[in-house]
Amino acid sequence: MRTLLVWMAGSLGLALGVPLAMANGWNMPVGVTDVSREIHSLHMTIFWICVIIGVVVFGVMFYSLFRFRRSKGAKSAHFHENTTVEVIWTAVPLLILVGMAVPATATLKKMYDASDAELDVMIIGQQWRWRYEYLGEDVAFTSNLGTPRDQIRGAEARGEHYLLEVDEPLVLPINRKVRFLMTSDDVIHSWWVPELAVKQDTIPGFVNENWVRINEPGIYRGQCAELCGMDHGFMPVVVHAMEEEDFDAWLAERKEAAEQEAMGVDREWELAELMERGEGVYGSICASCHQAEGQGSPPAFPALAGNQRLIDDLEWHLDTVINGVSGTAMPAFRSTLNPVEIAAVVTWTRNAWGNDTGEAVQPADVAERLAQ
Amino acid sequence: MSDSTREDSQRYPGVRRTVVRTVAALVGMFAFAFALVPLYDVFCEVTGINGKTRGSAQALIHEEVDESRMVTVQFITRSGSGLPWNLDVETRQVRVHPGQSAEVNFAFHNRSDSGSWGRAVPSVSPSSAAPHLRKMTCFCFEEQHLTAGERLELPLVFQVARDLPSDVNTLTLVYTLYPVTRDKAPLQARATAGKGDEA
Amino acid sequence: MAPKLPPHHPVEQSTASAAGGQASAHHAPPRGLLRWLLTTNHKEIGSLYLIFSLIMFFIGGIFALVVRAELFQPGLQLVNPEFFNQMTTMHGLIMVFAAVMPAFTGLANWMIPLQIGAPDMALPRLNNFSFWLLPVAFLLLLSTLLMPGGGPNFGWTFYAPLSTTYAPPSTTFFILSLHIAGISSILGAINIVATILNMRAPGMRMMDMPLFVWTWLITAFLLIAVMPVLAGVITMMLMDINFGTSFFNAAGGGDPVLFQHLFWFFGHPEVYIMILPAFGIVSAIIPTFARKRLFGYASMVYATASIAILSFLVWAHHMFVVGLPLVAELFFMYTTMLIAVPTGVKVFNWITTLFRGSITFEPPMLFALAFVVLFTIGGFSGLMLAIAPADFQYHDTYFVVAHFHYVLVPGAVFAIMAGVYYWLPKWTGHYPNVKLAQWHFWLSVIGVNLTFFPMHFSGLAGMPRRIPDYALQFADFNLVSSLGAFMFGASQLVFVAVVILCVRGGEKAPAKAWEGAEDLEWSVPSPAPLHTFETPPTFQRHEH
Repeated sequence: MRTLLVWMAGSLGLALGVPLAMANGWNMPVGVTDVSREIHSLHMTIFWICVIIGVVVFGVMFYSLFRFRRSKGAKSAHFHENTTVEVIWTAVPLLILVGMAVPATATLKKMYDASDAELDVMIIGQQWRWRYEYLGEDVAFTSNLGTPRDQIRGAEARGEHYLLEVDEPLVLPINRKVRFLMTSDDVIHSWWVPELAVKQDTIPGFVNENWVRINEPGIYRGQCAELCGMDHGFMPVVVHAMEEEDFDAWLAERKEAAEQEAMGVDREWELAELMERGEGVYGSICASCHQAEGQGSPPAFPALAGNQRLIDDLEWHLDTVINGVSGTAMPAFRSTLNPVEIAAVVTWTRNAWGNDTGEAVQPADVAERLAQ
Repeated sequence: MSDSTREDSQRYPGVRRTVVRTVAALVGMFAFAFALVPLYDVFCEVTGINGKTRGSAQALIHEEVDESRMVTVQFITRSGSGLPWNLDVETRQVRVHPGQSAEVNFAFHNRSDSGSWGRAVPSVSPSSAAPHLRKMTCFCFEEQHLTAGERLELPLVFQVARDLPSDVNTLTLVYTLYPVTRDKAPLQARATAGKGDEA
Repeated sequence: MAPKLPPHHPVEQSTASAAGGQASAHHAPPRGLLRWLLTTNHKEIGSLYLIFSLIMFFIGGIFALVVRAELFQPGLQLVNPEFFNQMTTMHGLIMVFAAVMPAFTGLANWMIPLQIGAPDMALPRLNNFSFWLLPVAFLLLLSTLLMPGGGPNFGWTFYAPLSTTYAPPSTTFFILSLHIAGISSILGAINIVATILNMRAPGMRMMDMPLFVWTWLITAFLLIAVMPVLAGVITMMLMDINFGTSFFNAAGGGDPVLFQHLFWFFGHPEVYIMILPAFGIVSAIIPTFARKRLFGYASMVYATASIAILSFLVWAHHMFVVGLPLVAELFFMYTTMLIAVPTGVKVFNWITTLFRGSITFEPPMLFALAFVVLFTIGGFSGLMLAIAPADFQYHDTYFVVAHFHYVLVPGAVFAIMAGVYYWLPKWTGHYPNVKLAQWHFWLSVIGVNLTFFPMHFSGLAGMPRRIPDYALQFADFNLVSSLGAFMFGASQLVFVAVVILCVRGGEKAPAKAWEGAEDLEWSVPSPAPLHTFETPPTFQRHEH
């Protein structure tokens, strides 16, 4: 019986434990924050507890199955109750659980302490992109899937970070406590980066809090974890963690760029210029619903190509883009896109795919509309 | 009831009683599901789950101001889709002592050329702080109507109660603007009605 | 392992009750289709439930295979993301509400009256009605796939506001079909409670009932308690969608998280509704083939009851990342961990029943043993998921998918199959073909593990659930899962073959088809005549 048990223990341990414990990409990442390390060690502890219980329980089970077979002449015993063992196997698991609950409680308390943050970032889930606002810094941008649609369709070879790449990652400093305030503009999403051990639902109308202090610079990838509609699988999260001084430089640069962009509002733009800019905006923001060729996906997502109302009614078109349509997937873009981007994308949709209105919408007009 | 049922219920007199009881339990549980909605609201107001704040004005508690402690209250305004309004706050954050009351002005602006109804829905983070944020005056208690191009400045008067958990030193108050469809308003009254009466 | 059928000793068949059942002349039932439409006989209704559930198992299985085919390799090949979401949603809804639940109700209809010595269910006509609601409900649900905008695409958990404000127009029909299915379950549960409480054979106390009856009694109470809550939630959704209320709409002052609280208040007991009767079946099969009384009968009953009570106190462990306050997280973490205790007691009892038994490996026993091992693995991952901090990493990943498929497929579904193999001789009078059943078993076990074991790894490595396409590092896991899924799916055709062959013929089974079987159902002839226990049998208690 002893050899059998050892054999069982050994093989089960090898089969389950070794790949989990050793191999990369088979197990939960250790991560790059203190919290993620604690969670990883909780995970491994409870895993090994399960393995040990499993070896004992399945060991006894398979021993019985081999030893007490009728074909080997086993005669059945008659016992069917034993208060002592029943008490033991109720009490022992209870003690193990208490032992497990103690460290879990400590870690959970730590995870819930978002106080004394040095930087606040608002994370907003939108169908199907993330928006990041650095509170008090006047820096905000949306982060869209960076993988070309051709790779998804298989028309192009898939890159190393297929579906886990974005046009603009969230940039964070290392060694600083960053507080996330999380909400959503439409349905519930969930912002998740495994190596930061942050997963938090973003809920429309409500704010959630979480925090992170990253120990090592690097690029960390994750995805939306809560089913949020059609392109749920296509809204990755990428966090670029930088040394503190690099981050400060980046933030200053972004502020300056935002000012530059603001100045672009005042000048007169050429149609071709707007079209070029608009095509880019359309591709990253609009195409996921209204499709690359503007054919949409009715009834949820109306076609834009050949849409008579859009062609005839510039007012309505601008209003829809700026204010969104309540109760549908069309969000308000007035705080997501800047006047240049709105003017460009409206110009593009009014002139692409045979919509040929020839109209160029000037950023200055959009800005005036936004400020009115 | 059917013949065979009657037959059986004569033979098994307990059946009728069991059926009556289980049906009563069913009705009770269905009602309970709906009762959970107001219960949840009350529960949230007491415990602050989800950072819901009271939907109606609370009285200022006169308590000694805790000079030894400073709490940062941040304000964030957001606009949902379908309402051409802006909501701005005059200051991004204020620092207050627990027990002290403070006033902050919020500016509503209807950018469109027609009147509309809107509502600012509040949410507090961390949620454990929500029951300790007492609002004496808030635009969020009722729906607002703005005529075309109208600008409206409305105050929020609040107090952070002294019993705020000691580990909280930053409170974030987020207001999200949502359109109100007025023709549906009577049916939409659940939240409003539920919040009208003080618990 | 070379399972052998036990030698058949023709057992005395002429208990007074059984003979009485056969002899009694009843007015001639209608023939053909009408007979099945109007039947009030618990055995016929039981068969209807089981056939319906088998058909739905295949339909839900085909949806799963569409999902697995799309996930076979990275990229979008076969379906678009919208249809993919409809497939994951329909797979879940059909499997939960149309396959697993009706299968257990079918077994209950067939076996509970036989196991407690009752002539039929307490409310036979209601029984007929509750069955025929099911095809109506699920035809309606399946028809939403053809409606403009497609069928439900928001997951079987249908979280608001994705399922309300942002839902396809067919959602109203989805709600209606769920209401009908819910009413069917409720009526079934009332009937089962009324039968068990009032119609036991004279002398059979509650603590004498077979565990399948006990677990079903507790399950029926759970159904009565939580199905109305589900009805309440979907009614609120219906009102939000069609009548402008704002239960779950933040814009109107509602709260999307309230939906999740209400849903999981129903949903967690629902999870146990799908596993408790399985415990009962396994608790009947293991003693039979170990030829030894079940160890710890009383503790089995208490453990089942504790699991049922705890199931009302753990719902928010499905919501660890929605931003609950710390106190709530801790409370639900502790209660959830506590469930491991009664569940552990059950597993220990089964294993101790095997210990020093005289074990043989007939097909029902194979499935029951696989149930014990694989359900326990699902229990282990459940224990891991209970650790709230770690759940922040596990939540909504394939680790969770692996977990609940381990408890539902080799858990609930294997137990149903074990039950079918166990009672087929009673239903048909023939033993199922052993060779084919063994093929079915081994292919299923290998298929199930190939499908779901790699999901633990892909989930831990970071693959979220419900995505139609995935990053390249998950490709190998998904390839294996998809191959396993097709293997498991195909092997169920063997099961259908076994059942059909068994109905048509095979080795004749005596009344007591398994020599170690003890309960009352083995005292009536095989196949069980249409009417049994018209005169209540006298129940003989175990003497020890």
